[in-house]
Amino acid sequence: MNQTAAGITTATTIELRGLEKSFGPIRAVRGVDLTISPGEVVALLGPNGAGKSTTLDMLLGLAEPDRGTVAIAGRPPDEAIRSGAVGAMLQTGGLLRDLTVRELLTMLASLYPVPVDVDELMELTGVADFARQRTEKLSGGQTQRVRFAMALVSDPDLLVLDEPTVAMDVKTRQAFWTSMRTIGRSARTVVFATHYLEEADLYADRIVLLAQGRVVADGPTTEVKAMVGTRTIEATLPGADPERLARVPGVAACQVRGEVVTLTCTDSDTALRTLLAAHPAMHDVVVRGAGLEEAFLELTADHHAPEEEA
Amino acid sequence: MIPVTYARYELVRAVRNGRFFIFSLVFPLVLFLLVAGPNKHEELAGVPFPVYYMTGMVAWGTMGAILTTGGRIAVERSLGWHRQLRVTPLTAREYLVGKVAIGYAMALGSIALLYAAGIGMGVRLPAGRWIEMTAMILIGLVPFAVLGVYLGHVLNAESIAPALGGITALFALLGGAWSPVATDGFLLHLTQLLPSYWLVRAGQIAFDGGAWPAKAWIVIGVWTFVGARLAARAWRRDTQRA
Repeated sequence: MNQTAAGITTATTIELRGLEKSFGPIRAVRGVDLTISPGEVVALLGPNGAGKSTTLDMLLGLAEPDRGTVAIAGRPPDEAIRSGAVGAMLQTGGLLRDLTVRELLTMLASLYPVPVDVDELMELTGVADFARQRTEKLSGGQTQRVRFAMALVSDPDLLVLDEPTVAMDVKTRQAFWTSMRTIGRSARTVVFATHYLEEADLYADRIVLLAQGRVVADGPTTEVKAMVGTRTIEATLPGADPERLARVPGVAACQVRGEVVTLTCTDSDTALRTLLAAHPAMHDVVVRGAGLEEAFLELTADHHAPEEEA
Repeated sequence: MIPVTYARYELVRAVRNGRFFIFSLVFPLVLFLLVAGPNKHEELAGVPFPVYYMTGMVAWGTMGAILTTGGRIAVERSLGWHRQLRVTPLTAREYLVGKVAIGYAMALGSIALLYAAGIGMGVRLPAGRWIEMTAMILIGLVPFAVLGVYLGHVLNAESIAPALGGITALFALLGGAWSPVATDGFLLHLTQLLPSYWLVRAGQIAFDGGAWPAKAWIVIGVWTFVGARLAARAWRRDTQRA
């Protein structure tokens, strides 16, 4: 058990140590170390195949790590799950058929030592309107809401969501995150996987960027966003002072190679206005949008030893 | 320990989704009424025809009913429901015990229906015989319960229904549920290696009172043991897949 600064014993510290997992020749996770503190909302951000789902599967005990350990509040995942401390919304999976929504949630609730009140849960998650519907007759959006309710049925301290919005349209996605904000959040640790930077940005306190089975960036959302959600300004500027350029509003980082400066910007518009006004000698200005994929590639290139197979 | 509410809804689901067990209830009953009805007063080897045929249909019906366990498991696997359950406190053992219990409940339904039909057709037995016969049938179903769990883990939701239908029919036919395949010789010895032969024999306690010989216990035991090993392996392979 971890002790917080206040000395309160916390229930949901997550420790992932040296996790590795291969499926045949594919090395899905190549050494992930993560410590997540109680109450943190963490986004596992990465492109498809980055190892997000495999990492979450190991966190939940659904996959056995080849190497490394998982501890939820100092316990192995299955023990934490048995106590009702963990709720999960898995990426794939239909609902059990031949039951109404209410019956399904009641059935699941009965498995837990201290379940929530099912009627209350249905109100909160917005499934009360179709509580008497059979699960096989729900729309896609309704199904997702029921799956979200299922994850909350034990009133878990840790909520794990594996790409919860992957099958949703834009409107449903927004509605999901709104309800997530109001109910999912309260005093819980939340870990969710996504490949949308906007989702991570909007909802998480902390982003863990995964690429090719490794953590390539880990930090507060604003920091990681600055690394990946950027535009690049390239220009020619004789006698550039990198330190001064890096302090320009909207600029996150600065590189100078000869007369060519490359500025990584969180706000390229603001930066550009300042730069052009302050440096009349600046010319051949190019602004490029660095997509998430591109940012991933760049970040991975630094971390990725060339001798390893893809 | 499986929570009562959970078990109750499992049963509700099994009853609502009739497609897996309705045939195991209806076909043996219809066949019994069609075949035993006109031969109500006949005898077969000194045994009144209705009781003889009732036991055969019970073997067929219960075998089909308990194998539907496989259908339920396969469908839930195809939904990814087994993964969802693994993030609940329900253990794999509890899950499988629950599934087998549902299969037995369905088998008991089949037994009740056919006994009632038999009694309606004039079958009369001492209470002790009814009980002994039922108990031996339930034991004879153990290898089929295990086989159902195994098939549920190796077949998918589409292929399981025809597979179960075919397997049930084959076991019923060779085991002599519809009529004896062989009364002596090599073929008899061969069919005696099947658990369905001894399931049919368990029913026949009704009129010959004969207990299972050691051979029966061995055959049932070996099928159960091998089936359980296969099922455990299939389950492990299934849970280790991402």
